[in-house]
Amino acid sequence: MKQPAIKNDIFETLQKQIYSLQGFTAPTQGKRVNFGLGFIENSFPNQIFPTGAVHELISSSPVDAAATTGFMAALLGKLMQGGGLSLWISQKRTLYPPALKFFGIDPDRVIFIDVNNEKDLLWMSEEALKCQALSAVIAEIKDMDLTASRRLQLAVEKSRVTGLLHRMNPRTMGSTACAARWKVAPIASALEQDMPGMGFFRWDVQLLKVRNGEPGHWQIQWTSGSFDHVEKPVQTAPDKDLLKTG
Amino acid sequence: MTRRYVSIWFSHLLTDRWVIRNPAQKDMPFVLASPERGRMLIQAASSEAEKQGIVCGMVLADARAVLPGLQVFEHRPELAGKLLKGLAQWCLRYSPVVATDMPSGLILDITGCAHLWGSERAYLKDITSRLRGAGYHVRAAAADTIGTAWAICRYGRITPVIESHTQKHALSALPPAALRLEEVTLDRMNKLGFYQIGSFIDMPRSVLRRRFGQQLLNRLDQALGYMQETIEPICPVVPYQHRLPCLEPIRTASSIEIALRTLLEALCTRLTSENKGLRKAVFKGFRMDGAQQLIEIGTNNACCNLEHLFKLFQLKISSLRPDLGFELFILEAPVTEQLDAVQETLWNISGTSDLTEISELLDRLTGRGGMDIVHRYLPEEHYWPERAIKTATSLAEKPQCNWRTDRPRPVSLLAKPEIIQVTAPVPDYPPMLFRYKGEIHHIKKADGPERIEQEWWIQEGLHRDYYCVEDQDGARFWIFRLGNYGEHNPEWFIHGFFS
Repeated sequence: MKQPAIKNDIFETLQKQIYSLQGFTAPTQGKRVNFGLGFIENSFPNQIFPTGAVHELISSSPVDAAATTGFMAALLGKLMQGGGLSLWISQKRTLYPPALKFFGIDPDRVIFIDVNNEKDLLWMSEEALKCQALSAVIAEIKDMDLTASRRLQLAVEKSRVTGLLHRMNPRTMGSTACAARWKVAPIASALEQDMPGMGFFRWDVQLLKVRNGEPGHWQIQWTSGSFDHVEKPVQTAPDKDLLKTG
Repeated sequence: MTRRYVSIWFSHLLTDRWVIRNPAQKDMPFVLASPERGRMLIQAASSEAEKQGIVCGMVLADARAVLPGLQVFEHRPELAGKLLKGLAQWCLRYSPVVATDMPSGLILDITGCAHLWGSERAYLKDITSRLRGAGYHVRAAAADTIGTAWAICRYGRITPVIESHTQKHALSALPPAALRLEEVTLDRMNKLGFYQIGSFIDMPRSVLRRRFGQQLLNRLDQALGYMQETIEPICPVVPYQHRLPCLEPIRTASSIEIALRTLLEALCTRLTSENKGLRKAVFKGFRMDGAQQLIEIGTNNACCNLEHLFKLFQLKISSLRPDLGFELFILEAPVTEQLDAVQETLWNISGTSDLTEISELLDRLTGRGGMDIVHRYLPEEHYWPERAIKTATSLAEKPQCNWRTDRPRPVSLLAKPEIIQVTAPVPDYPPMLFRYKGEIHHIKKADGPERIEQEWWIQEGLHRDYYCVEDQDGARFWIFRLGNYGEHNPEWFIHGFFS
């Protein structure tokens, strides 16, 4: 059923009011960061990647963790385009700083905090997210309950800092107050005409949960400084099982 | 300004203390003795016993022969040091610089202190009368140098206050022992008939050195003020210290906070006026029962921002245990630095306030987690992956060279390369498959090799041939072969994961 135009307007204003009550505010034009995520951004409220919010990224193996770190670094690179410093808080860090340069970040603009215990990690993430002077905060937090995530969300609502939480192998996957939950895994790279060597990094990106938006599933490629959408390859060879039943 | 020193001498330190503890022993001859080389040796004799001819260093049996009714108590060798330390603490009321002078004296640096008591004579009188009131046999003297004060205090007959620049005159009538010389030298002087310092003080230095050694000249120079002599104060002088005595004992966290804020205000005002910032601060609370509690903070940058420092302390206030309550608070800033008036803008941050805010955040984090948790890295011109980065020492340090992107580097690097089992064609092709943590990865795509040689001037070892490989599931790894097939027996390692 099609809504009359006037009602649509009312819905839109109401929707905006709800967003603002929930802590979502559309960034002002000047501060808007262009992520170049293509039509992944359509999944978000207002069709804008929510900055000034907390995102969580889930990974389950070292391989997935590396892909997730890459994706996070790519996002961080976009967030740090305008200069500034960011904080990388972790407990057992494996990140190799020079690799950040491949994602458009000067590694000397990232301050690493290597914490000894998990309790401090949450406290420090909250303190860092309260600091307006930072461009972004990345925290490698394994487990986090609803209360803790709410505290982080409240911190960013005030400071408008973007937080990316990397949850490696979490024990539980309860609901959290984060704006979005991602899952990133590596997929095979592709090369033109079977050239030798390794292609650009390709990731299978799942948006498992997003507040006021629509979850989705995409495949993207990191091509020298920007995200490229990868069309799922059309299955050329027919499925053998299907053939048999014929 | 000439310095002034006071030397205090307790002639019967140990026996006086014994009498203070056991008033019944007063006016009775007794000694403190301890065994030495199989016999009892007298270590301290009371003034009554000394009148009867019993002195330190006598064998106890001899003393008993002189005086059959002599009482003997055990001597504890560590006691004198402890006692002097306690007395030195007490003397802090007279001067902030007090040092112990083993075995039986104290030295006070009284430069600029005596006028508070009217004159040096009144000052000395106050010290000696109070100590005598407590029950000690005590003498004190003031002079320009430690050596002269020491000599007059023990051997002076005329006046305890030696005016400035009259050391030579004051010393000349004293025996050579007043110069703190060794026993051998004193014996030799005695043999040669030098009974007074005045008889050799004007002799040519070369003669004195040949006869008695350099030590005599040093001691003379120290006493006359030609040579500096240093003392080690019992509590080091902290230039930035503020005290807050309390009328009533303080027990609650909120009142401790008020005390802390008052002290910080005083300290910060002073630091700001001197254009300095603190790097370390200690907040001490002295409890009713004499115990002392303290909390300490450190900052990453010189800082004199009251709110920030207060916040850093606030995190730790809960660790103080007031028990009965604190009666005195002291705030000290042992490490201070010149404050940079204008900090340069770094990394195109929007303003200097941002950098301050971040360094304050780091202070809070290090306050909780320890100083070693913050790391920042700068590029270093090495190909060897572990050496390609170095730790920056400050937030302001800038990279000396560019970050390289011409060679692939993995986003996550293992702290130590882990060994893998491979099937690889020789001599230098990427492996066809490898086994890591029990899982077999079939390699579909590979790039390489990138050979990285050991830097022989830093470390000896084999070169590494790095390959970037991708397995059947799309996972990307950084693996290397250590050495060559044929020459060495190479092993394969996994070193990192690409994103």
